[in-house]
Amino acid sequence: MATTITMPQLGESVTEGTVAQWLKRVGDPIEKYESFVEVSTDKVNAEVPSPATGILSRILVNEGETVATGTPIAVIEDVAAAGAPAPSATAPSIAEPAQMADARTPSEQIAAAIPTPAANGAARSAGPQTTTPSGAVISSASAHASPAVRKLAREHNLVIAEIRGTGQNGRVTADDVIAYAKQRGGAPAPAALGAMPYAGEAFHTTQQIGGAPAPVPHGAAAMYANPQFGQTIPLTPARKIIAERMVESKHTAPHAWSMVEVDVTNVWKWRSREKDGFQQQTGYSLTLLPFMLRAVSEAIRQHPLLNARWTPEGIHVNAEINLGIAIGLETNLVVPVIRNADHLSIKGLAIAAGELIEKARRNRLSVDDLQGGTFTVNNVGANGSVASAPIINGGQAGIVTMETVVRKPVVTKDDAIAIRSMMNVCLSLDHRVIDGLIASRFLNALKAGLEAMGPTGSL
Amino acid sequence: MAVTTGTNVMNNVEAVRATLYEALKNDPRTLVMGEDVGPRGNVFLITKGFLDEFGPQRVLDTPLAEASIVGIAVGMAMEGLRPIAEIQFSDFIFPAFNQIVGEAAKTRYRSNGDFTCPLVIRTPYGGGVRGSLSHSISVEALFYHVPGLKIVAPSTPADMKGLLNAAIDDPDPVLYLEHKKTYRLIKGEVPDGHYTIPIGKAAVRKEGHQLTVVSYGLNVHQALEAANQLEADEALKVEVIDLRSIRPMDKQTILASVRKTRKLLIIHEDNKFGGIGAEISAMVAEEALFDLDAPIHRLCGPDVPPMGYALPLEEEFMISTERMKQRMREMVKF
Amino acid sequence: MAKAPSAQAHAPAPAVAASHHELSKEQLRAIFRSMLLQRTVDNRGFQLNRQGKIPFAAGSEGHEAVQAGAGMAFQRGRDLLVPYYRDVGLCMACGFPTIEVFYSLFARAKDNGGGRQFPSHLTKKSAGIFSFSSIIAGHMAHAVGAAYALKYRNERDRAVICTFGEGATSEGEWHEAMNFAGLHRLPIVFLCENNQWAISTPQEKQMAVKDVAIKASGYGMEGVIIDGFDPIAVYDAVAAAREKAASGGGPTLIEAKCYRFLSHTTDDDDRTYRSKEEVESHRKDDPVPRFERWLVEHGVVSTVEVEALKKDVLREVNECTDAAEAEPYPQASELYTNLVEGAWEPWQ
Ligand SMILES: Cc1ncc(C[n+]2csc(CCOP(=O)(O)OP(=O)(O)O)c2C)c(N)n1
Ligand SMILES: [Mg+2]
Repeated sequence: MATTITMPQLGESVTEGTVAQWLKRVGDPIEKYESFVEVSTDKVNAEVPSPATGILSRILVNEGETVATGTPIAVIEDVAAAGAPAPSATAPSIAEPAQMADARTPSEQIAAAIPTPAANGAARSAGPQTTTPSGAVISSASAHASPAVRKLAREHNLVIAEIRGTGQNGRVTADDVIAYAKQRGGAPAPAALGAMPYAGEAFHTTQQIGGAPAPVPHGAAAMYANPQFGQTIPLTPARKIIAERMVESKHTAPHAWSMVEVDVTNVWKWRSREKDGFQQQTGYSLTLLPFMLRAVSEAIRQHPLLNARWTPEGIHVNAEINLGIAIGLETNLVVPVIRNADHLSIKGLAIAAGELIEKARRNRLSVDDLQGGTFTVNNVGANGSVASAPIINGGQAGIVTMETVVRKPVVTKDDAIAIRSMMNVCLSLDHRVIDGLIASRFLNALKAGLEAMGPTGSL
Repeated sequence: MAVTTGTNVMNNVEAVRATLYEALKNDPRTLVMGEDVGPRGNVFLITKGFLDEFGPQRVLDTPLAEASIVGIAVGMAMEGLRPIAEIQFSDFIFPAFNQIVGEAAKTRYRSNGDFTCPLVIRTPYGGGVRGSLSHSISVEALFYHVPGLKIVAPSTPADMKGLLNAAIDDPDPVLYLEHKKTYRLIKGEVPDGHYTIPIGKAAVRKEGHQLTVVSYGLNVHQALEAANQLEADEALKVEVIDLRSIRPMDKQTILASVRKTRKLLIIHEDNKFGGIGAEISAMVAEEALFDLDAPIHRLCGPDVPPMGYALPLEEEFMISTERMKQRMREMVKF
Repeated sequence: MAKAPSAQAHAPAPAVAASHHELSKEQLRAIFRSMLLQRTVDNRGFQLNRQGKIPFAAGSEGHEAVQAGAGMAFQRGRDLLVPYYRDVGLCMACGFPTIEVFYSLFARAKDNGGGRQFPSHLTKKSAGIFSFSSIIAGHMAHAVGAAYALKYRNERDRAVICTFGEGATSEGEWHEAMNFAGLHRLPIVFLCENNQWAISTPQEKQMAVKDVAIKASGYGMEGVIIDGFDPIAVYDAVAAAREKAASGGGPTLIEAKCYRFLSHTTDDDDRTYRSKEEVESHRKDDPVPRFERWLVEHGVVSTVEVEALKKDVLREVNECTDAAEAEPYPQASELYTNLVEGAWEPWQ
C-alpha cells in the first residue's frame, strides 16, 4: 500500500508551501513520525514527519518549488502494510483534492479552496438546512403578486390574473407584466370625469383634479377611445372582464328596478356653504356624492338586506358596509370601494371618495381598492342622464344611481309651487334577495335621509 | 486619487503590508501597534520587517491587553498622532469594546468637535481556516449599530490599499476588517503610489439585470464565481455588489441596482440574526418596496456561535459557492 | 519556597527530604510518568500537524514540571481546575483521559467538547475541569466566581486552581479578578506558568517588573516564586497554597518560572523572533531529563524502569493516536446542538 503525502497547511491563512529540503532520498526507508522533508511557508518552516513506515518511493515536488496546500509531494510505499494503520480517510489534507497554485485567478483559487458540493453534500445532508427546501420561503410567497408586479400592473392598467406567469409555480413576474403590456399595446387612460353643468356649477363632478395629465391611450384602448366606422376594435382585457361581469350579473341576478325623486335643494345649500372651507382644508372639492354616500349607508343600516349577497346556501348579509363608487373612464369602468362607509362622516366620505377618484384617474388603484364592495353607488348624473337602469355589480344586492339634478317647479307640502333642485335616484336590485317592498322602504329611507340634510348640519 | 505609475500583483496580506509601509514611510505621525507586530511581524506577517526599518517606537509591540491597545491609541490620536492599532484576531476585540464603542466613537460628538479621533483599528476576521470557535468570528454586526464608527471590509488587494489609505486619512475612527481566508488566497493588481477609495462607496463587481447580490469580504469572491458560472452555463445575469464599506453604507448603489433587477439577495458569513443583511433588507424594504419582484433573501451564517473546529462543523457553517449558485438560480427563476 | 531571583530559578531540584509534603516513591514515579506523557503527547500534536492530519496544535514542552507537580497537588473529586490552553499535561495529571486529548486533537465526535474548540481547549465537568475559551485572561474571573461559590456554600477543604501565562497578567480582566479574590479572601490558587514568552513578546516587553509574583501584594495576597522546572518545588508550593486556600486562608499567587521550548503553536515559527542559542541555553535545564536524573540518583527508579516507562508512554500515545484517528468527525448537524435558544430555526 502506498501513502501519498500532500503539502500540509502550516498555519491559518496559509495556502501554499515550498519544499525547502528533502531529508530523505528516493529509496530511503522511513519510520512513521520520522521527518523526511522540510517545508517552508509564509508563516513557518517545519520538518514534516512521515505518516507511515515504508520506503520513500517517489518525490513529486523538487526542492525550491512552491505548491498549494494539499498538492501531493511524495509517495511512501508501505512495506509493512499489514501492521501499520492506514491513514484515516477523513484526514483533511489527504482527502482533499489537489489544488493548483498561482496560475489561476483568485476566484478559481477560491473555488478550489471551498468545498465542492460533492465533498460537502454528505455532511450537509445531515444538517437541518436540507430538511427545509431552501426555496420554502419563496414558494409560500408565490401565491401573491409582488409589489413590483402590482405596481407595474397598475401602471399599465392590467389585471394580473389575466397574465400568464413564467415564474416559479406560474407566478406572474415583473417581466411578465412588462412583456404582456408591450404585446397588448399599452395602457388605457382614464378619461376626465364628465362634468354636468348646472346653474354654472358642477353638481356631479366629484372634484377638480389638477396636475398630472392622464396618460394617452394607445393600441386597442386608443381605438376604443376613437372608434372608426367599419372597424373591429380588439378587446382589451378590461373590456373583456367588463363584458363577462355584465353578462354574468344580468344572467344570474334577476334585476328589478325602482326610482324615487329626491329634493336636494337643502343639501345643495349646505354643500355651497361648506365647499370653500372644505377645499381649503382638504384640497378636495366638495360635491353631492359624499352626502349621497352618507344617506345610502344610513339607509342600508336600516335595511341590511340591501347589503346582502345571494349564495346557494343562503342569503349572506355582509358584516361591513363597503360602498363601491362606479367611475367611468374613457375606455373603462372601475368601481373602487370605500370600506366601512357607515363609519365615516360626510367629510370622511368626501376625502375617501376624492382619493379613490384621483387614484382612478391616475391609474393608481390597487387590487385592494377594488375589492370587497357590498353595494354600489353610480353617479350617472354627471353625464346628463335623468333615469337609468344600472346593472348590479356581481355578488351584490343592489345599485343606486344619482341622476342629473334638475331645477323644476315642485308642489310643496303646503300646496305652493316652488322651484326646487330635484334628483332622481334609481335602484336596480337582485330580486332573489330583495322584493319590491323592502326596495321601496330603502329608497324612501334614502330619500328621507338626503332631504333631512340641511344647511345647518355639520360635515 | 493620485496618479499611479503602474501596478503590482499582490495578495491581500501583501497589499496591507505595502500600504502600511508607505504610510509609515510618508507620514511621521503614523505608527503601528499591537500584539506581536514587532520582531514576529504580526501573526500573519503583515508587519514583517517593519521593526528593523522603523524602530520600536513606531512598530510598537504592546503588552497583551486589548483595552489598552485601543485606549492608548485613542489618546495618541486625540493628541495628533495617527495610530494604526491592531487587534490580533477580531475574536479578541471585546476587551476593547468599551474603548471603541464608549470612547473612540464618541470623541467628536462628546467634545462637540473640539477633538476628533483619527484612529484605525485593523483586525482579521472570518472563518474557513479551521480557526475554531475563537479564531473565526465576524464582528461587524456588533459594531455597525454604533454611530461614530466607520467600518470597512475590503475584499481585493486594490481595495485593501485604497481603503486603508482612506482609513488612515480619515479624521474619525475606522474599524478595518480583513477576512483572513482571503489573506493569501486572493491576489490581484494593486496600483502603485498613494490612492484612496472613498469610505462609503460600494463597487459593482459584475453587472446583471436579473438579481442583485450584495456581499462583502470573502463571500464576494464566491458570489462572483457563482454568478460567472450561472452566466456561462445557464445565461443568468446576476449583478454582484461588493459593499466594501459597511458603515456608512452605499444606499444609492444598492437601491439603483435593486430598482433595476427587482430582486435582492444578501450574502454574508456572519450570523443572520441582526446581521448587516438585516439593515440592508430594512433599507430596501423602506425605500424600494414597490420595485421588488421577490422577497428579499439573506444567505448567511446560521444563528449558532461561530463554526466549530471539526471540519464538518466548519463546512456546515461556511456558505459554499454551490449554495450561492442554488439560491441565485432560485431567485432569478422566481 | 523562597522568593528566588529568576536567575536561580533553574537550580537543581531539592532533595525529596526537603519536600514540605512527603511524596511517596509511587507519587514521584507518577509525576515522572505524567511529565513523560505530556511531552510525548505534545510531540505527537506537532507531528500530526506537520503531517497535515490536524490543522493546529499547541505544545507545552518546558511546562511539564509545573503541570505534573500542580496536578499532584490537585485533589481529585474536590478541587476545581480552571486552566488555559497550554495545560493539556495539567489536565491529564488531574484525571483527564489521554484518549480524550486525542479526540480533541483530531476534533472527533467523541471529543467531550464535540470538536468545537481548538485542541487543548479541554472541558470535563465530571473531573472538575472548567470549560474555557481562547480569550486570554477571560477565565480568570470565572475561577474567582467558582471560588466565591465554594465559599458561599461554606464548602470546606475545596479550592480552585487557576492557571495562566505571564502574558495574561497584562489584561485588565486579570487584575480585576485578582482584586476581587484578594478582597474576599477566596479559596483559590493562582498559578502563573511563566514561560517568558507570549507568542513573540518576551517578558521584558510585557511588564516592567522581573517577577509576576510581586503583583500579588497589590491585591492583598501572598506571592511566591518557584522553579518551574522542578516538579517537587511546584508540588510543595501548590499543595501548601491549596491547603491554605481550602482552610480559609485566602488566595496565593504562585509564579512558576519555566520556559517555552517550542514555537507558540504549530502556527508560529519562533525562529523569527528568538535565537536558537537562547532556546538551547534553557535545554540544559530541561525538566524532563533533569527529573529523570534526580530520580535515578535518589534511587526512586532504575534506568531500566525509566526505559520501560518511556516505552509504555509511547505505546499509550501511539494507541491513542490511532484509535482517535479512526473515529469519525462529528456530523454536520452537530453544529446545531446545545444552542441556548433551543433548536436551530431553519430559516435559511
Ligand atoms: C484576549 C486575547 N488576546 C490575544 C490573544 C492571542 N494570543 C493567544 S496566546 C497569546 C500569548 C499568551 O501568552 P501567555 O499568557 O504568556 O501564555 P503562553 O502562551 O506563553 O503560555 C496571545 C497574544 C488571545 N488568545 N486572547
Ligand atoms: Mg508565556
